[in-house]
Amino acid sequence: MALLNIRNLSVEFATGGGSFRAVDGVDVTVDGGEVLAIVGESGSGKSVSMLAAMGLLPWTATVTADELSFDGRDLRDLSASARRKVIGREISMIFQEPMSSLNPCFTVGFQIREALKQHLKLDSSARKKRALELMEMVGIPAPEKRLTAFPHQLSGGMNQRVMIAMAIACDPKLLIADEPTTALDVTIQAQILDLLTGLQRDTGMGLILITHDMGVVAETAHRVAVQYAGWKVEDQPVETLFDTPHHPYTAALLAALPERATERRLPTIPGVVPGQFDRPQGCLFSPRCAHADDLCRSTVPPVQSAALGRARCHYPLSVPAKEKVQ
Amino acid sequence: MSGPVVTARNLSRHYESGGGMFKERQVVRALSEASFSIQPGKTLAIVGESGCGKSTLARLITLIEEPTAGDFTINGVEAVPENWDSLRTQVQIVFQDPYGSLNLRHRVGAIIEEPLKIKRPDISAADRADKAREMMAMVGLRPEHYDRFPHMFSGGQRQRIAIARALILEPKLLVLDEPVSALDLSIQSQVLNLLLDLQQSMDLAYLFISHDLSVVRHVADDVVVMYLGRPVERGSKEAVFSAPRHPYTVALLSATPSADPARVRKRIKLEGELPSPLAIPDGCPFAPRCWKAQDRCRAERPLLDDADHAAACFYPENPDDTA
Ligand SMILES: Nc1ncnc2c1ncn2[C@@H]1O[C@H](COP(=O)(O)OP(=O)(O)O)[C@@H](O)[C@H]1O
Ligand SMILES: Nc1ncnc2c1ncn2[C@@H]1O[C@H](COP(=O)(O)OP(=O)(O)O)[C@@H](O)[C@H]1O
Ligand code: SF4
Ligand code: SF4
Ligand SMILES: [Mg+2]
Ligand SMILES: [Mg+2]
Repeated sequence: MALLNIRNLSVEFATGGGSFRAVDGVDVTVDGGEVLAIVGESGSGKSVSMLAAMGLLPWTATVTADELSFDGRDLRDLSASARRKVIGREISMIFQEPMSSLNPCFTVGFQIREALKQHLKLDSSARKKRALELMEMVGIPAPEKRLTAFPHQLSGGMNQRVMIAMAIACDPKLLIADEPTTALDVTIQAQILDLLTGLQRDTGMGLILITHDMGVVAETAHRVAVQYAGWKVEDQPVETLFDTPHHPYTAALLAALPERATERRLPTIPGVVPGQFDRPQGCLFSPRCAHADDLCRSTVPPVQSAALGRARCHYPLSVPAKEKVQ
Repeated sequence: MSGPVVTARNLSRHYESGGGMFKERQVVRALSEASFSIQPGKTLAIVGESGCGKSTLARLITLIEEPTAGDFTINGVEAVPENWDSLRTQVQIVFQDPYGSLNLRHRVGAIIEEPLKIKRPDISAADRADKAREMMAMVGLRPEHYDRFPHMFSGGQRQRIAIARALILEPKLLVLDEPVSALDLSIQSQVLNLLLDLQQSMDLAYLFISHDLSVVRHVADDVVVMYLGRPVERGSKEAVFSAPRHPYTVALLSATPSADPARVRKRIKLEGELPSPLAIPDGCPFAPRCWKAQDRCRAERPLLDDADHAAACFYPENPDDTA
């Protein structure tokens, strides 16, 4: 059984201009020991779907799902205090901007010890020891000295290491990392990704990595979920996704990568992602899709089989001969 | 053939900072001794991590700030303050964040026309509007966009507005400071294609600043790699990407993730982080993080020579490549 199991998750925001469906019928599963990447352009609902699962959205959000379970427990049935025990301890999250999650008024050592205090029964000296151990685990040089530093005295990369230290403080079963390296330079990004995947391997935790960077996906994920405008449009193992994307959006996105260019002009995806007021009928990708026909423009496409990358599409690409019916 | 659009010699920009009551005055060496030239119709890419001096260089070349040392020419004319006024029509800049760089209270048409209004008061309002509409068509904006406000546009379209505005004076050189870094992938390719088309049709020279090596590999003719305010490698794109010489370039290339899960990673792990620009080490600035550093590197600073493919390093990689 999957560690995290989300079926048919939808999120609607009440906005000034009416309600807005930011996440629409998304399934997410991740196993212990698995690295799932959720990839998609900005606004595709990556962050909102995870925040919804954690119960961290504001009251303006209406969250519905057929299933929302973690480690066999239904997250929706938990009392507020039981939920707090799970979120933050068994599931933890890190975000793109470490500076916005760290409190500028307290030393990083204090903040790590507070995280430990909240979730673990350790006395003060054990917390101190564990804080130091965590700083070492995440590769912070001169950790004793760094424990007394304030966030603004550390670089972006160091603060992200501190965030990771806090996130793994209670040995979570699942770590959700939301664009953890987007604000960092590539040499520091490489260090942080190595750190995250190394910790994941050593502890056997599940890891959900949210990113918009196909390179990061290729180098870290086991499985990839592609999101578009609140839909999950494809879900495949990483090896096959890059070779044989089944959803036209995935294929177009991969083709637009400069590193895959075969000529000076890059293949493009015409138009832009639909917004709140121009969501099309039928397939959300149909205004931009080279394969769209009347069926696509009128009817919401089904989710195809796993062999077809669970593509949410009427006409998935690269259909193996045996899958072709008719 | 005409000469280079821009030729820079040892361009430097140092800032004095601090100097408060209890603080010692400190010098930030934002940019030191950058030399390069760009031919018409060609793209020179400047790559390096944040804080290495890319935007400082952009501000010097676009005549926003004066260098503290070194000099440069635009179309053969010395870019000294006396000449700035006449040179400003020849070099324009496009920034990463189109939102921050456009006047949000003005309509698109007025935004695009503004440089013309300031620089060419002889042109009538009607001709100005015609010219603006012509530019809008060139960058893929529609005629009805002329009367709209920037907030009604997506990031990619705002970048088109910024490009139209930058090109309305028909400059020879466009400085592009992270022009696609804020854009989603599907929009990035639209804007990169536009830039390539415009370069070809207007014979534009680009100074293309980016931290994204896969974008640079696609657009550049020549590349300068910067580290802590200094160029550390310079060469043709082919030479720099296929036979990088400076250990920092090698590390940067190996850290750049590739969208190919089958690629065997041979990542060079760089220890540590960028030192503060206030405390640039003596000797080779890369020595504290370099796996090849010797005593000599810590004592003496390696220079970047004038070779076609040059690296400021005593013990370069791929030394046999003579490209
Ligand atoms: N609190 C909110 N109220 C209204 N809309 C929101 C809110 N948070 C996010 N959204 C919208 O939901 C959509 C999905 O957002 P998000 O999940 O943050 O995208 P991303 O894939 O970039 O993480 C976006 O269109 C965003 O504007
Ligand atoms: N006006 C200024 N005063 C003091 N320091 C500055 C100023 N502008 C830039 N710097 C410093 O110069 C260095 C180079 O900055 P910048 O050119 O913006 O780098 P990049 O664009 O490569 O990220 C940085 O350390 C930056 O903090
Ligand atoms: S359903 Fe139709 S429009 Fe949508 S992605 Fe598939 S082929 Fe394209
Ligand atoms: S000069 Fe020495 S320290 Fe500097 S890059 Fe070359 S080998 Fe490394
Ligand atoms: Mg997000
Ligand atoms: Mg910059």
